[in-house]
Amino acid sequence: MGAFILKRVLQAIFVVLVVTLFVSYAVRLSGDPALMLSQGAGSVTEQDLRNIRAGLGLNRPFMVQYADFLRGVVVGDFGKSFMGGTPVSRLIRDALPATLALAALSLLLSIVVSVPLGIQAAVKQGKGADQFIRIFSLIGLSFPNFWLAIMLVLLLSITFPLLPPSGWDGPLSLVMPALTMAIILSATNVRLVRTAMLETLSAQYITVARSKGLKDRVVLYKHALRNCAIPLITYIGLQFGNLIGGIVVIEKVFNWPGLGTLAFDAIAGRDYPVLQGTVTVLSLVIVAVNLLVDVTYGLVDPRIRAR
Amino acid sequence: MPAAPLPIAVAAARTFQWRSLEFILGTVLTGVMLLLVLFSVWIFPGRGSAMDLAARLAPPFVQWSHPLGTDPLGRDVLARVLVGGRISLTVGLVSVLGASIAGIVIGLVAGYYRGFWDMLLMRCVDVQLALPFILIALTFISILGGGLGNIIAFMVISQWVQYARLVRGMVLSVREREFVQAARAFGVADLPMLRHHILPNVIGPVIILMTLNVANNILLESSLTFLGLGVDPLIPSWGGMLADGRTYMQTAWWVTVFPGVAIMLTVLGLNLLGDWLRDRIDPTGKL
Repeated sequence: MGAFILKRVLQAIFVVLVVTLFVSYAVRLSGDPALMLSQGAGSVTEQDLRNIRAGLGLNRPFMVQYADFLRGVVVGDFGKSFMGGTPVSRLIRDALPATLALAALSLLLSIVVSVPLGIQAAVKQGKGADQFIRIFSLIGLSFPNFWLAIMLVLLLSITFPLLPPSGWDGPLSLVMPALTMAIILSATNVRLVRTAMLETLSAQYITVARSKGLKDRVVLYKHALRNCAIPLITYIGLQFGNLIGGIVVIEKVFNWPGLGTLAFDAIAGRDYPVLQGTVTVLSLVIVAVNLLVDVTYGLVDPRIRAR
Repeated sequence: MPAAPLPIAVAAARTFQWRSLEFILGTVLTGVMLLLVLFSVWIFPGRGSAMDLAARLAPPFVQWSHPLGTDPLGRDVLARVLVGGRISLTVGLVSVLGASIAGIVIGLVAGYYRGFWDMLLMRCVDVQLALPFILIALTFISILGGGLGNIIAFMVISQWVQYARLVRGMVLSVREREFVQAARAFGVADLPMLRHHILPNVIGPVIILMTLNVANNILLESSLTFLGLGVDPLIPSWGGMLADGRTYMQTAWWVTVFPGVAIMLTVLGLNLLGDWLRDRIDPTGKL
């Protein structure tokens, strides 16, 4: 077991190294921040540009800059924003709660919806209810998340002015982004619950529980759901990268003050340290969640360790 | 509670009906959208850029000349939706072809020969699973600029891994089967072995993945274009129309609603087909 965990941790570290290396390199190809910073400053000489670059540490070899960046990541120092010099770690710390709140609420909403529906679909396999749920889940997988966001704004802010359309304007602002994400997530999660449940329901202990005369509700929610919780958590954990990717876009549409919006603004302003820091933190979160899921699964199910 | 089990024949008939409905609906949706988009340039010679200044912001379902209304420049929404579909379908089809060909070759080699290349592939898989996909796309595309070619290249680079992983996994089990052992005993060389014995046995699930990825990439392209990182905003495309329409959503909802409906119908058709294929080819649900 120790060897298994060690192997997974080493893999995770390798992944983080590759991701950060790629992002730092890619980000430097994207344009010259010295030019961006000196825009509108009147006549700028080549020497001025060189001074700006030297001041930002951009004249050093790439690997030195990367090593410097990695050293910073370990102690939680991502450098300073090119715009205004705010420490990146502070920008991230300010934006992270908004992203996490959105992620948590949408995941929660989607579980509340998709677990009962997925169980119903599995119980009524092949019948009307199953097909109905299946069609709705397929439709939910078939439009872009930002379009759903726009349609919800059209419905709930413009036609019926119930909710604020964007930005942060009290807790009500969280409702629409979370609803959008929850609908998109539920479309996938319903299918996961259905598949996991179908497998569990064919197990013998379910037949035993039924033949003891236990109520359906008890059999389904106490015996079956608990037993398919592990594969379910694994699937949902593996979907975590998609969840973060979706949230980034949704944040942009709703102008939600989280990491996604931070990253978009950083791309627009060629603000390397901010972009680098944001993508690194998001990747770290995803890698950590995947690692956690893997190790837990390995602990519970010895067959996984052998792979 | 379990209802009395249906006689097998009745159950089969019911499943069959549903399955064929799924297939018919999927084919019709995909086929109709494909044909409309393909022939849109002939149906609308103006290619969706012709402006009818007398009929700016015409609402939908009112006049025959503009069945789905017009945008603030007097351009016909129906024409723009259909012509704009060419971008989405091109991106979806070409990217999937590229990624699947690369992925199949690499997956076959890694699964058949194992060793170093196999290990390298699996590390690529790990990295790909951990990437915040859309952020990498944004970083990548903001460097290289948008444009059809770059979007497709990006999708190929980031998605070949899915096919490679799938093919590798299946090759690992197929290569141990008796018919492969028998072929090997007959002295069949590696290349014919891979082409004639192994590839036909792993291609089914790959086709399912391809169908679903065409759908996914259509969604992805529209997201990127919507965010201003995709194709040129001057070329009509679904994502671009949604981005434009958003600014005057309050006065003209139809400009934003119809491109989204077009995306949904196309992607739904492909998803239905993918689902149907999955049930046909992979009934145990490994995918």
